[in-house]
Amino acid sequence: MTQPLSVENVTAHYGSTKVLEDLSLAVEAGELVSLLGASGCGKTTTLRLVAGFLEPTSGAIALGGRDLTRLPAHRRDIGLVFQNYALFPHLSVLDNVAFGLKQRGLPQAEREKRARAMLDRVGLSELSDRLPGALSGGQKQRVALARALVIEPPLLMFDEPLSNLDAKLRIDMRVEIRQLQRANGTTSVYVTHDQEEAFSISDRVAIMNAGRIMQFDTPEILYQRPANAFVARFVGFENLIPMKVVEREGDKITAEAAGGARLHLDQARFGEIADDFVLATRPDGLAVSGDPQAEGIPATLGLRTYLGRAYQYQCETEAGHLIANGPLSAPLATGARARLVPVADQCCILAAER
Amino acid sequence: MKSQTPRALIAFAALVYVFLVGPLIIVIGAALSDTTYLTFPPQGLTLRWFENIFEISAFRRTIVTSLELAFLATGLALLIGIPAAYALNRYRVQLPSWLSTVFVLPILVPEIVLGFSLLKSVAVGASLPIFLSLLIGHTLLVLPYCVRVISASLASFDFSIEEAAISLGSPPAKTFFTIVLPNVRSGVIAAFILAFITSINDVSTSLFLTGPGISTLPIQILAHVEQFFDPTIASVSVLLMFLTVGVMAVVERTLGLTFLTK
Repeated sequence: MTQPLSVENVTAHYGSTKVLEDLSLAVEAGELVSLLGASGCGKTTTLRLVAGFLEPTSGAIALGGRDLTRLPAHRRDIGLVFQNYALFPHLSVLDNVAFGLKQRGLPQAEREKRARAMLDRVGLSELSDRLPGALSGGQKQRVALARALVIEPPLLMFDEPLSNLDAKLRIDMRVEIRQLQRANGTTSVYVTHDQEEAFSISDRVAIMNAGRIMQFDTPEILYQRPANAFVARFVGFENLIPMKVVEREGDKITAEAAGGARLHLDQARFGEIADDFVLATRPDGLAVSGDPQAEGIPATLGLRTYLGRAYQYQCETEAGHLIANGPLSAPLATGARARLVPVADQCCILAAER
Repeated sequence: MKSQTPRALIAFAALVYVFLVGPLIIVIGAALSDTTYLTFPPQGLTLRWFENIFEISAFRRTIVTSLELAFLATGLALLIGIPAAYALNRYRVQLPSWLSTVFVLPILVPEIVLGFSLLKSVAVGASLPIFLSLLIGHTLLVLPYCVRVISASLASFDFSIEEAAISLGSPPAKTFFTIVLPNVRSGVIAAFILAFITSINDVSTSLFLTGPGISTLPIQILAHVEQFFDPTIASVSVLLMFLTVGVMAVVERTLGLTFLTK
């Protein structure tokens, strides 16, 4: 029942505007993959292409062994969950859920039985006679989910399904979605702009920008080892420090930042380091030290903010504006001189930006 | 001061009602008057002027013609207008914006100009039968109302509902009838009513297109008034009024019911 999805070298246009460029994506059977990015990055376009509401200019889309590329949307057999629920306003909750079964020609009694069973699974069996207008946002989304799941599709797709719900419900619902998806083992594509949401429920996440996939990996790898500056910034590596290797001695290298600050790095930890590279850290990975001898980047501290677990400083350095955290035990005053020390296991090395 | 404002408001509202309803009462009163001339308040009560309508064959014929025209023109306008409104709203991004303006043009052009140009092009130019020219004229006349009113309904329709149905396996054409249309039902009913009233009351366009043997009720009323001044005219007006209201009620009932049971 569950099938792998493959999108190969797909290019798509809206009129004369290119919205997707040579995009390839392979989702394994039973996997939940998120497409993550800001609005306009092409994530919804990708979903609409797979759903069949948009035709690619070139490229191919296949589900299992089936070529979907030119198949009309109503024959693709894909369960869709929309941002605004898209329930049929004139049909009861039960008829909404049974709609897909009706299209498949199931007899009335069977339709009703299955629809009721599915409503039961999402905890809405008591509301089956209501019209969608009488439901809350969370209930509507559950009906939408039941409606998409009841046809037992080989592929489920979600288009920002939780963005109209409040924060608390959003978290409950995403757990629920993940549990249902796991239990059914349905291959799923989940479109969202919310990083936490994508990382928390996905097996793998594709981070998109300007119609391309910037990196496609597990949340853990994306979070700890972004492959490029875009992804690094996206997952919170706010400090991107361009550096140059000045000395190599086996795996040990010495690199210099603008302004002459030197750091020692170990290739055994970071892998091969090119002569020009970018050292990326989150504010947590750049420790503020009052010790003038510490190996780090000399900085003048600016605004200090309280994070609860640490103080955060806006820092001016010769390598540019950096954000670093310092211990609660030793607050430093605005204007003080300090060293910003990269914490090796919270740094990553990126190729130099051209 | 506080209690004065509402009182003034009530008085004003009452005045507006009198202004709106007054003429109707006068027409109904005049239609019942037992005199051979139009007068109000009525002197004596009789229904003979209503009987008189059906004794005059021109009225009998034009009532039928007007009803046929109104139903056919409204039907045609809906057949053209619903898909047009759908396309304008569904493919808003791809369609040039002036296209929607084109559908309103007939409202902007004075009806008399529409009538005259149709006379030149359709009735005389293509020498089409009179009824057909009238039908074309009326369809054109009411089409903008249909497109506009149904567009307004569709503008608040969320097309992802349609996509949801398609993704569940419902072919696009079927989806239009089972999902889209039921949700713009009120717009279609409103369009029908507006179009029907516009058609059945039209004078300016019809004036140019009626010809020997075929006329519409409002044109016949006009012709009658030129020669006679008896209460028949008032009674025929009352009849027209109730006819329109009756059709509206029936439409509301039947359209409403069939769509609800779907």
